[in-house]
Amino acid sequence: MSDVVIVRTGVANLASVLAGLRRLGVTPDVTTDPAAVRAAQAVILPGVGAFGAGMAALHEHDLAAPLKERAAAGRPLLSVCLGLQLLASSSDEAPGVPGLGVFDAHVARFPDTVKVPQLGWNKVAPDAGCRLLEPGYAYFANSYRLPEAPAGWSAARAEHGGPFIAALEKGALLACQFHPELSGPWGLALLDRWLTAAREA
Amino acid sequence: MLTHRVIPCLDVKDGRVVKGIRFQGLTDAGDPTDAAARYEAEGADELVLLDVSATPEGRGHAVDTVRAVRAVLSIPLTVGGGLRTIDHASALLDAGADKVSVNTAAVRDPSFIDRVAGRFGSQCAVVAVDAARRIGGPGWEVVVHSGKERTGIDAIAWARECAARGSGELLLTSWDKDGTKSGYDLELLTAVSEAVNIPVIASGGAAHPDHLVEAIHAGASAVLAASIFHYAEYTVGAVKDVLAARGIEVRRG
Repeated sequence: MSDVVIVRTGVANLASVLAGLRRLGVTPDVTTDPAAVRAAQAVILPGVGAFGAGMAALHEHDLAAPLKERAAAGRPLLSVCLGLQLLASSSDEAPGVPGLGVFDAHVARFPDTVKVPQLGWNKVAPDAGCRLLEPGYAYFANSYRLPEAPAGWSAARAEHGGPFIAALEKGALLACQFHPELSGPWGLALLDRWLTAAREA
Repeated sequence: MLTHRVIPCLDVKDGRVVKGIRFQGLTDAGDPTDAAARYEAEGADELVLLDVSATPEGRGHAVDTVRAVRAVLSIPLTVGGGLRTIDHASALLDAGADKVSVNTAAVRDPSFIDRVAGRFGSQCAVVAVDAARRIGGPGWEVVVHSGKERTGIDAIAWARECAARGSGELLLTSWDKDGTKSGYDLELLTAVSEAVNIPVIASGGAAHPDHLVEAIHAGASAVLAASIFHYAEYTVGAVKDVLAARGIEVRRG
């Protein structure tokens, strides 16, 4: 059994995140078991398709409560792409569907003044409170984003039709709108720093 | 700001890279894994792997190739070539592709785009649009089967339909320009980029970094090239230096 667990939430493509972790010497367990999500030292909530389907998958496996508990207790959790959005309270992508509500924020679609989806590398600028996030270029693949940082979180921002939240962190909680596993050496170094923080937490 | 991407393309046949690559010091020029790792180290923003195998047996190697490449690659990987079914797309994604590129199967049955986007998400659904100027008329038409068959379908209207059906990105190749080394078809690029609000990757005709600059000025979000890199005329890093010197924002390591 690994101390790192990846939440399987449906048709998510896990191959890239698994390959990234393997390069860091980690072979995580992939699970839909709420008990495993509660027990693990470190949990990864990867990006999957759409907001509504993502929440439905979490509810189907009774995973919403253990994920909210982890976040509330500040126990190590990495959320990637849609994973970050699921922490919010709602999204333009699925009106009326509540998110996990880890923070009170609404996820909105990018404006039509820019190409949507955002596909490619964008410059990430962390604020002074960030400990895990460093400046650099990260790979994004998203049509929706968090326009502003919720209270109590340190944030890294990027620009696509105005500023948006590239990542959030609070202790051993890290949420990335970008894909660290696809962001080259910069992204792998971030994954490594989070794993270290998660194991020390 | 979102940077403009430089994307090398690897043509793979029966699990081996074709169109010889002449990297210095590469132990095995035909090994897709070695080539992929080298491109990432040079600063490639993404990689496209195009399976050009002529037989089902040859195409059967693609999943193994993708798995091997994914093990060494920490940038996005798009895989295309002969993709006909959701099961095939699913196998490639499970093996480590981040996006799949569909072409002829989508032209034959446009609902294939809806199914790929619906199942895996728009960010995963690339449509390769192969276009050629109409003979004796204005505009461009879609071609399939490696350019051998003209369909009569208007390329601009087809690009709009792909986006409306959920494609998240178009890989636009000019069959008039492909292999000519005379630069991309800039009029086609501008027409398609203005017609859709999804990213357009320019392909076909690049032989010099200035061609990539022109394509970006014409509206391309990313530029794909094969021979310019394979024959080591330019490294990816050298091409990005030229783009940066021309005022185009690119990712630097």
